Amino acid sequence: MKPTTRYALSATGLVGFLLIWEAIAQSGWVETHLLPPPSTLPFTLKSEIELGFWQDMLWASLRHYSIGLFIGSVLGVTLGVAVALFPRVEASQAWLARVFRPIPPLAWIPFAIIWFGITETAAAFIISIGIFWINYFTAMAAVQAVDKDLIEVARAFGHRSMVALLRKVILPGAAPGILSGLRAGLGQGWMTVVAAELFGISGIGQRMIEASGLLESRVVVLYMFSIALLYGISDYAFVHIQKRILAWQR
Amino acid sequence: MAAVIHTEDLAVSFDGVTPIFEGLNVAIEKGEFVAVVGVSGAGKSTLLRVVADLIQPFRGRVKIDADVDRTRLAIAMVFQAANLMPWRRVKDNITLGLEGLDVDDTIKEERVRWTLGLVELDEMAERWPHQLSGGQRQRIGIARALAVDPDILLMDEPFGALDAITRGVLQDELLRIWRETGKSILFVTHDIEEAAYLGDRILLLGGKPAGIIEEYPVNMDRSKRRETKAFVDLVEEVRNGLQTAIMAAAEGSN
Repeated sequence: MKPTTRYALSATGLVGFLLIWEAIAQSGWVETHLLPPPSTLPFTLKSEIELGFWQDMLWASLRHYSIGLFIGSVLGVTLGVAVALFPRVEASQAWLARVFRPIPPLAWIPFAIIWFGITETAAAFIISIGIFWINYFTAMAAVQAVDKDLIEVARAFGHRSMVALLRKVILPGAAPGILSGLRAGLGQGWMTVVAAELFGISGIGQRMIEASGLLESRVVVLYMFSIALLYGISDYAFVHIQKRILAWQR
Repeated sequence: MAAVIHTEDLAVSFDGVTPIFEGLNVAIEKGEFVAVVGVSGAGKSTLLRVVADLIQPFRGRVKIDADVDRTRLAIAMVFQAANLMPWRRVKDNITLGLEGLDVDDTIKEERVRWTLGLVELDEMAERWPHQLSGGQRQRIGIARALAVDPDILLMDEPFGALDAITRGVLQDELLRIWRETGKSILFVTHDIEEAAYLGDRILLLGGKPAGIIEEYPVNMDRSKRRETKAFVDLVEEVRNGLQTAIMAAAEGSN
């Protein structure tokens, strides 16, 4: 399929969806507070910007997200790589990982409040948990999958220390897997950010819960789309960087 | 002539109990081309890895007599699958071994140019490995080994995965490079004809635990070697020796 055809079809799908939604919302079958028509969104956005909410809430969420993303990614990748490289580290955490992995990030909300209060740190903590596990497991699998023959080649050509092997083979070889994990974490972070703010920390989640209490569902929808926009921008930028790093792939 | 590689009573065991081979005494002289053939599992590739210090011997030792400084490695290895790093361009694969040495960028560039010239792939420096054919990848594997200007080249069935025509071309290229550079080569192959064509000597590995069970000097002019009756006779002789070793191994395991 030609790229232009693909773009045209994708745009048609999105526009078609919005038109159907608008038609249903305008038909009077459902009340507008239950399903606000998309045509109200530009006005809602304008009013939220004029009130100063939109930019403040997005900026606050972006801060929580960025901090959580950074901590979760760095810790996840570092520990995942360490576990893959050192059998003793792997053995020491094997059961721990089994115990903690299934606990969803949102289950940590009570402890986040007890430990950090209703603060940005608490939100960043919750966001970082989900991101941590994704990166931990993908980094571990990526390092374990590095071609052992290439490690032997590096050793044969004088790169024998762990640091040298990491730099010359292990990290470049694991890069595709690690980057996939980082990208998945990027999406996971946005999924968690709203929930992490539902308990009163300033941000998109807080504004959404506030608006839903007032049956301002068009405001809720506006922030839902705002998250989608932020995710789209961050994912697009990441894929661009990823392609540059992995230019060597076919 | 002085031996550049000398193994003394060498034994290797993966489980610390059963040796793969033992009592191996091999001496490779400077500039000599020695081919190794043998029964599967006799430790041909393992021998190269012990010499390259990638595997520790169970007993005995390997003595390397090479006059190297911080700009060269004594030994370089060429692998069966070229094993190029796919995330490095050709030129960066070639400089892999130079990155731990005391050489500046100018020398690295010179070595890349020199080795690409030797393997006749001058225009390929900027390519990615996936953009090369199997034969080209193997040539880059040879260039990577030559770039560290080693005294000794260890070659582990480097042409084993190539088609017959490419293999023939690369055999001739290897001989040309060997003549031009004067390296000592220890060349493992399962192809007896290849061993007889390339080698100054052929070592036959067999037995349990394995050892050198026969040594065949190849005293023939390489330019006409393949056309002579002596070559055909030698190949037949080595084949018979190998066949006997295989049968002995099969009887030993029954």
